[in-house]
Amino acid sequence: MAEEKKYTTVSIPKPLYDKIKARIEGTGFTSVSDYVTYVLREVLASLEEEEKEEVFSEEEEEKVKERLRALGYLD
Amino acid sequence: MVSKPHGGRLVRRIVADRTRERILSEQKEYPRVEIDHGRAIDLENIAHGVYSPLKGFLTSNDFQSVLDHMRLDDDTPWTIPIVLDVKEPNFEEGDAVLLYHDGLPIARMHIEEIYTYDKKEFAIKVFKTDDPAHPGVARVMNMGNYLVGGEIELLNELPNPFAKYTLRPVETRVLFKELGWRTIVAFQTRNAPHVGHEYVQKAALTFVDGLFINPVLGKKKKGDYKDEVIIKAYEALFKHYYPKDAATLATVRYEMRYAGPREAVHHAIMRKNMGATHFIVGRDHAGVGDYYGPYEAWEMFENFPDLGITPMFIREAFYCRKCGGMVNAKICPHPKEFHVHISGTKLRKMIMAGEQPPEYMMRPEVFEVIRSFENPFVE
Ligand SMILES: [Zn+2]
Repeated sequence: MAEEKKYTTVSIPKPLYDKIKARIEGTGFTSVSDYVTYVLREVLASLEEEEKEEVFSEEEEEKVKERLRALGYLD
Repeated sequence: MVSKPHGGRLVRRIVADRTRERILSEQKEYPRVEIDHGRAIDLENIAHGVYSPLKGFLTSNDFQSVLDHMRLDDDTPWTIPIVLDVKEPNFEEGDAVLLYHDGLPIARMHIEEIYTYDKKEFAIKVFKTDDPAHPGVARVMNMGNYLVGGEIELLNELPNPFAKYTLRPVETRVLFKELGWRTIVAFQTRNAPHVGHEYVQKAALTFVDGLFINPVLGKKKKGDYKDEVIIKAYEALFKHYYPKDAATLATVRYEMRYAGPREAVHHAIMRKNMGATHFIVGRDHAGVGDYYGPYEAWEMFENFPDLGITPMFIREAFYCRKCGGMVNAKICPHPKEFHVHISGTKLRKMIMAGEQPPEYMMRPEVFEVIRSFENPFVE
């Protein structure tokens, strides 16, 4: 069996911590750590979104297009 | 731009022709492992990248992380454990084995880990119940006592009666690009379409470039529409009611888990890998019985700001006699007595009785197609 998921500690300024704590009151977030994790995941995801998507080799793409035409998906 | 594959890169685990020939000529040298149809379908989905970033069946660290956190060990969102169970392993960690289904060698697997697991924990965490009446729970309870994790390589495609309708992520991605769609909303279905479905799809399409209808083919319950009926019914709907340059239809093979909210996220991930940027999450999505609340699947998406595909929550449509058209609870102010809800069960009964449903429930062209089948339902 795998061991418990590992967590690590990150320091943030105390006033920021207090602000976040006040902010998450009455929301679904149960802790500042939860909230910070959520926000960081969101930020990372949006950064990754901007990176270039992978490209197919031209040869491969042409083969796929041929099949799509044969099946009637493309004219 | 179509969606980036989940985890960053589209996985493809298909061996080159020469390697394939060599492996098949040596097949007697490998331990032979028989797998069921559902696992073979999972394998096909891993190999073609429908389950990117998975390259194989989960090892214990990923498995436990999916149960506990709905994420792979590297923090990538992942809600449904894709695992391979065996009764008694005839191999060891480090071995390469050949996986067979119905006598056909389907894949080579590199056994990274053999581990035990708690079926009750699996059921409660994934399905929120250990009631054996739940079909997903029943399946887990019948699994072998060992799970095996490791990467796979596809050797042979499974027989597929609907091969010409089955598009792989590589193909849908090229297709969307060629059609010039930058935003694509995917719709998951196991049904022949009624007007309520059409309303939800078109409401979503209003906001994006293209609509991707992606029926799930495979194992069905008694009373479900047969696969061929679903395809033909959608073809009729497309022909008569959908803009040709803004909607497309292709199928995927997948075994439903009925895990409700968790499975809704899994369905979205599969469509993200196919290139969709948006995903329609239904009312009681992937649910069964009364195990999940009607909007629990909607709430589930709040856990995944990093999912990389945008869920669209469109309320169930019904006909309002006062509005004179299809509406939903958010946009119609009229009392219930004006509302006519479209029930799949009611429609099925009408169809079985040979009675044509009213046009605000089912398009006549769709009904014609369904009626043309001697028995459109699974017996
Ligand atoms: Zn109304």
